[in-house]
Amino acid sequence: MSIALTVNGRKRVVEAETDKPLLWVLREDLDMPGTKFGCGAGLCGACTVHLDGEAVRSCQTLIADAAGKVVTTIEGIAANAIGKRVSAAWAALDVPQCGYCQAGQIMSATALLKQNPKPTADDIDGWMSGNICRCATYLRIRAAIRHAAGLPAEIVDAGQPSGEQMA
Amino acid sequence: MSKAAILNRRSFMVASLAGGAVLTLDASVVLGASAPGAQPDVLNAFVRINADNSVTIGAKNPEIGQGVKVMLPMLIAEELDLAWEQVIIEQTDADEKVYGIQTAGGSSATPRNWLPMRQVGAAARAMLIAAAAKQWGVDAATLSTARGAVLHKMSGKSLTYASLAKAASAETPPDLAKVALKDPTAFSIIGQSKVGVDVPKIIKGEPLFGIDMRLPGLVHAAVVKCPSHGGTVVAIDDAAVKAIPGVIAVVAVNSGYVPLGKSDTVLIVADSWWKASKAREKLAVTWDDSAVRGFSTAGYEKDAAGLLAHAPQTSLFKAGDADAALANAAKVVKADYEYPFLAHATLEPQNCTALFKDGKLEMWAPSQSPGNGRAETARVCGIAPEDMTIHLTRIGGGFGRRLLHDFMAIAGQAAKALPGKPVKVLYDRTDDFRHDFYRPAGWHRFSAGLDASGAIVALKDHFVTFAKDGKPIRAAEMAATEFPGPVVPNVDYGVSYMATNLATGWLRAPTSNAMAFVFQGFLDEVAEAAGLDLPELMRRTLGASREIPGGRVPFHTGRARGVIDAVCKSAGWKGRETGRGFGFYFSHLGYFAEVVDVTIADGAVKVDKVWVAGDIGSQVINPINARHQVQGSAIEGLGQAMLGQKIVQETGVVTAENFGDFALMRMDGVPREIAVEFVKTDFPPTGLGEPALPPVIPALANAIYSITGKRHRRLPLEMI
Ligand code: FES
Ligand code: FES
Repeated sequence: MSIALTVNGRKRVVEAETDKPLLWVLREDLDMPGTKFGCGAGLCGACTVHLDGEAVRSCQTLIADAAGKVVTTIEGIAANAIGKRVSAAWAALDVPQCGYCQAGQIMSATALLKQNPKPTADDIDGWMSGNICRCATYLRIRAAIRHAAGLPAEIVDAGQPSGEQMA
Repeated sequence: MSKAAILNRRSFMVASLAGGAVLTLDASVVLGASAPGAQPDVLNAFVRINADNSVTIGAKNPEIGQGVKVMLPMLIAEELDLAWEQVIIEQTDADEKVYGIQTAGGSSATPRNWLPMRQVGAAARAMLIAAAAKQWGVDAATLSTARGAVLHKMSGKSLTYASLAKAASAETPPDLAKVALKDPTAFSIIGQSKVGVDVPKIIKGEPLFGIDMRLPGLVHAAVVKCPSHGGTVVAIDDAAVKAIPGVIAVVAVNSGYVPLGKSDTVLIVADSWWKASKAREKLAVTWDDSAVRGFSTAGYEKDAAGLLAHAPQTSLFKAGDADAALANAAKVVKADYEYPFLAHATLEPQNCTALFKDGKLEMWAPSQSPGNGRAETARVCGIAPEDMTIHLTRIGGGFGRRLLHDFMAIAGQAAKALPGKPVKVLYDRTDDFRHDFYRPAGWHRFSAGLDASGAIVALKDHFVTFAKDGKPIRAAEMAATEFPGPVVPNVDYGVSYMATNLATGWLRAPTSNAMAFVFQGFLDEVAEAAGLDLPELMRRTLGASREIPGGRVPFHTGRARGVIDAVCKSAGWKGRETGRGFGFYFSHLGYFAEVVDVTIADGAVKVDKVWVAGDIGSQVINPINARHQVQGSAIEGLGQAMLGQKIVQETGVVTAENFGDFALMRMDGVPREIAVEFVKTDFPPTGLGEPALPPVIPALANAIYSITGKRHRRLPLEMI
């Protein structure tokens, strides 16, 4: 059936079976592969998007349940002020290793800072524990969230790059 | 590995040159397949100079998150004397004739490429200097380079590389073996932290990974695999599946694991992967798995216990007379250790995209070892290797899983069945867990004898592992020189074998990820019996600084001691203390010693901090990435030990379906800090993808013991 929704500020209409997960509508029907498939079972967080501003696992969100709603994905997260700060922190701290989980991590981190602008270390750990990073970039995810929140680094890491960036 | 052995590795590169000329060098100066005149100037296979004086550098190895896509170009850029801002990094295709070995495995990229990639940069620089010398009519020896320009100091003249590139590409490439390399004190890129080249794309969600491949007319395949490894298709009833709108084909294929001519996998190809995946429930396949249904975890455990009760079937290493020495020892320590099968669980599930057209196969493959992937795909698909083109995608985690190429073989057959249609094959998480190439389980029965001074005078290990045709299967072997065998006077390492139907493979730090736990755990017990702590037992056992025989390469006792001393100093190690554990291991040419601090509260073990000291030789090429590799390795090792990770098999079938059955480390289990230091030594630089992982596991087990007083001799650790 025909389903209308707003994705990253754009109105979209998709033809899809009602039980198709939003994840696969994004990846296959809307040609937006930034949102990743990791487990298909709500266990890894790789597919995290925002639905009406809330972080959801898009593999567990049927497209029928996204009808008429506002979806934000990694492709559009920098249009949001907090998302932009989070993405910038990810780049500044060189968070990704393989990078596969990072779209979901950024989406979860942005949702955290939206509702808790100055999270404690335990807040961060608790909130982010739905997102698996198989490469284990966790120390930098923590640091990048603090950085984006304007909080001092928990651990002063002597080797952190100081504004030295790849061209 | 000795210095000489590494230095001689340079002969691995093949020489070929872009402009049609073939270098007589033993390294490649290719420069891609550029059409003459139509492309910016290419100085060799790795270096292309663009009109705006930016320089495109080819990154030849697959990027799995280990940072090689930045590291190898750093080596070239350094010797080419570029400013890093000029560098544009481009992933090359897979073509070992042009680029040399392109494997992401064994932490081998650094030792293999440290000299050759620098020589490639230096050769290109020499050609630019030669071109400038001709243009100015001066002696090349009077010229220097900096930040992408050739300079003539006497006259103050300078020319950008871009303005010299065309002339330089006509120069005869120098002999790579003789080209002058920079003195390390002059490095301006090597040793400086460079962030990941794809990070800007990753944070925007741009397509990069194999799973993201898009092509016009792309169709999608979901897999139905015989639940038990080694079973094959008897009959397929696909009528209901084919009736589903959008389903294009049902194809029986061979993953490469069963004999050619048989099938162990059925593909449903549709216009959407989600549709193909959903259609699986309508597919009825009759399998013949009668030969493999008998394999189970419980069966292995029973058989291992039976084998351990007897003498080993074969001897692995013998020195002196271990039995006599044990009989005369002042103290004897005995213990059994074991570890389970493990899955890789890369976060990006296995996938591959392929197009078969006009008798040629084109692939977009997240492969860690595309040379082997080409050979395996050719074998299983019946295609000549030279009729294949392989493009490398960024890879969402490797850990050794993608060194084996079931996904390429399957995609090749799917493409062959549907000529002209690009097909993407994608496993779901359950397929991925159940059809991995697992780290094999193993069992060890130890006894060690100490003399009155506390020195180890005898060591016996009966290792039970898996074999086929009398040889250990992949990653199931143990080195005859496993430490401390070579330095103990009376040793008896024996092995017994059993069979499994599971495919096994290399998991990050293969064999070492298990042996470190087993040997360093047992040695902590031995140390305690000797009235020592493990670092001190290690120092005494290592003895004077020297090279002794190692697995594939010699083991340097002085380097081992260096990292042991360093980590003890940093961590403030004061001997046996409650809440601390130590582990050391040498693997993949890297020496690592680690200290883990734990607390136990409310019945749960918490890792508070990890200290790591590593010796990877004279140079850490990219310090920020080096730290990331070490921290990630340590966390992965903790996850293996703490979270119950174990692949369980019943009636031939792996039971794990998803991350609920095989937990990966999550943020709430990660220590607050992992402090990393490198001990510099005068040895050629070596790799970092793996060697920091193994020692963290025994360090953790030993730390928990220090609190509970109960030895943990089995992985995964029982967490209180
Ligand atoms: S893919 Fe949705 S949570 Fe893993
Ligand atoms: S960066 Fe590889 S899974 Fe997170």
